[in-house]
Amino acid sequence: MYGLGIWRGLRVTLKHFVNTYIEDVKWGFRRHIPAEAFPARQGLDARGVFTVEYPDEKLAVPERFRFIPFLVVENYDHPERPGHDWCTSCGICAKVCPPQCIWIVRGEDPETGRPVPEPEEFYIDIDICMNCGLCAEFCPFDAIKMDHDYELASYDRTTAHIFDKARLSKEFRYWQAIAPTRAAEEAEARGGWEHKDVLKAKAKAAKASE
Amino acid sequence: MTDQVPAAENLSPTDEALSVLQNQFPNAVRRDDRDGYSGIVVDPARLVEVATYARDSLGYDYLSSATAVDYLGKGDHLEMVYHAYRTTGGAALVIKAQTDREAATLPSLTPVWPGANFQEREAYDLMGIRFEGHPNLKRILLWEGFHGHPLRKDWKEPYYEQEQKPFDSRWPNGRVVRSEEHNPYGKNVQYPDDFDLDGYTSPAEAAVYEEMNLGVDIRSDLATERMVVSLGPQHPSTHGVFRMVAQINGETIQQLEPVMGYLHRNHEQIGERNTFLQNMPFTDRLDYFCSLSNNLGYAIAVEQLMSLGARYQPPTYRAEVLRVLMAELTRIVNHMVAIGFLLNDLGAFFTPMMYAMIERELILDFFEAVTGSRMMCNYMRFGGTAMDLPERIRGEANLVNDRVRDFNTMEFLRELILERLPRAVDQINEYLTTSEIVTNRCIGVGVLPRADAIALSTAGPVLRASGVAYDVRRAEPYSIYPELEFDVVVRDHGDIYDRYLVRIEEMIESLKILRQILPKLEETQGQPFFAGRGGIYSPRVPAGESYGRVENPKGELGFYIVSDGGQNPWRYHVRAPSFINLTALERMSKGYKIADAVGILGSIDIVLGEVDR
Repeated sequence: MYGLGIWRGLRVTLKHFVNTYIEDVKWGFRRHIPAEAFPARQGLDARGVFTVEYPDEKLAVPERFRFIPFLVVENYDHPERPGHDWCTSCGICAKVCPPQCIWIVRGEDPETGRPVPEPEEFYIDIDICMNCGLCAEFCPFDAIKMDHDYELASYDRTTAHIFDKARLSKEFRYWQAIAPTRAAEEAEARGGWEHKDVLKAKAKAAKASE
Repeated sequence: MTDQVPAAENLSPTDEALSVLQNQFPNAVRRDDRDGYSGIVVDPARLVEVATYARDSLGYDYLSSATAVDYLGKGDHLEMVYHAYRTTGGAALVIKAQTDREAATLPSLTPVWPGANFQEREAYDLMGIRFEGHPNLKRILLWEGFHGHPLRKDWKEPYYEQEQKPFDSRWPNGRVVRSEEHNPYGKNVQYPDDFDLDGYTSPAEAAVYEEMNLGVDIRSDLATERMVVSLGPQHPSTHGVFRMVAQINGETIQQLEPVMGYLHRNHEQIGERNTFLQNMPFTDRLDYFCSLSNNLGYAIAVEQLMSLGARYQPPTYRAEVLRVLMAELTRIVNHMVAIGFLLNDLGAFFTPMMYAMIERELILDFFEAVTGSRMMCNYMRFGGTAMDLPERIRGEANLVNDRVRDFNTMEFLRELILERLPRAVDQINEYLTTSEIVTNRCIGVGVLPRADAIALSTAGPVLRASGVAYDVRRAEPYSIYPELEFDVVVRDHGDIYDRYLVRIEEMIESLKILRQILPKLEETQGQPFFAGRGGIYSPRVPAGESYGRVENPKGELGFYIVSDGGQNPWRYHVRAPSFINLTALERMSKGYKIADAVGILGSIDIVLGEVDR
């Protein structure tokens, strides 16, 4: 019969409409309040309204989520080298970066003029960064990581959007907090929770004392 | 007609065709014997003849890609490269023609393969080759006031820093500076010598009107039945910034010209500055709904080149399984969005769109957990993928008000593929397929006959809805598609409704593939997802050319890459399906109502990131 197709379609719309209220009733009209309601609303069994009410609630991003990189530094309460850069200024991130948004000044010993494994300056122009994550992927020292903090909007791009070393540095603890599984995997690959060079030095010392 | 050709033994069909052409045109045709190259080089004077013979007698009826390469310093000539295929399947016949850089003139192949129309205009625009006999040779992506031809190797962009990345200024003495500081806006533009900016009245505009032979002064009131309607560039139906200039009589379209390039960013030249790996995230930004299949196409093209070298390791089986999983999920995402937007164009404002988006959201959640990004996935690498599947899809609360979800990845995937997605496809089917509004607006509208679909080089659902069973996954299989069971969806009428149905059925076929992928995923769990040693950011790519193509959701996506053995591609060309499908837009729209043009454009399913590049 002519017009039947439209009615069949409208039934789908009606189902969506009704489902939203069924879910509401199921959760006692508190569907947006308790934390345990969230996976149900956003999961595979979700019916009806599907939205996240940003900014009152936000979707915690998965571990691999990539946003503007940050530099890992030693924890500020580290016994031996608090706040020390993990970066050795080898320059691989700057070479692999597709939009070329990383600028590094290699550290130099002021007396001898020889390079030291620490960057003197490190800049990322976050307007240019395309969040591809290649720097983090190819860093041999696990020293540059992709961040999860995506709320970076500002009023002035010309002064606020070139991040310097101070702005980029975050404690190692922070990386462990946002990506526990990956931090553990990387530590296992390195052979310990410390920086690669520290582990190497320790192994050397242990060998020497034998 | 191929049976007329004397069959030689132990020759691939392509070799056979090449030797036939050599016998037929002994003086005009020679093999391309450069290392890593294939195909034939044809004398420009007889190019049309050779192409016609290849089409009519050898059955190469489908022109996939036509592009130009600038061999500056490597022979100092421009080379036009054509990849022609048989719609019955098989490998490409590669035809090349060379011309001097200064004079730069070649005969147009548009009369032979009408699908060359836009591609030759693109080569004219970006490379500066004039095509004799082209019906409408003018710039296509850039405006008339643009100085030079940006894909030529001696052309420099306004923010030019260095020939190739990585730039030396970044390390070890990287004092940061914004490029606009030492090259300020307004002072970085050049115009052609004879260009008068003050008296500029958009010649592109005038050309469009002039060509329509209106005979009307467009500046006065339009006191005529016939008129020109300019749809876009800012128009909700154009899916971005795209413009259709239509000449209508009453409400009927008599002529229609697509105008594009508003989103042009010279993707190909950026790609030639980049290293091979650095291009990977840029391919995400072509067709941003299908970043994973774009990645796959590019990875396949570069792997083809790498396989010419010595220590090449092909992708592992696990990697291939992951690639197909991602590509097919992408297909579902794309078709959901395409159908949603088509219904938007037909006037069902956003309700069907939103229903389609729900399942897309779930797939994107999966992408985000696996690759790190919802849309700009940057997931494939040469020899595998960047990462394996995570064990759990889970976020860590980090910002204020963060809400945490936690799913087992395989369970999530299984439920998604076996339950949720089939239900969603059924729902769309029930919701729209028999709806009288949809059928009345779609059936018999925007018809593209079979012969025209092939001649105009359309691809993907547009081609298959016109009755051509051509799918790269079957015609020239890649990855593990040969061992997967699925059907190539074909419909015969070539109207909007058939394109819609092809998309629905392709989703069902994709689900069929995904159901076969699930057990393979479990079998290969824990196996390496990357062949060879990791951590190599500058793989060695031997000199040569390659054309890697995949069946993208929107059609055949091809990457033509020329390497000179260095770190960066010498030529990087994208055969963008949405761009070439637009060649058929005028043919589809002629004779229909102006309101239908919106739906016809929606049924082609374009993404401007890919059209304009």
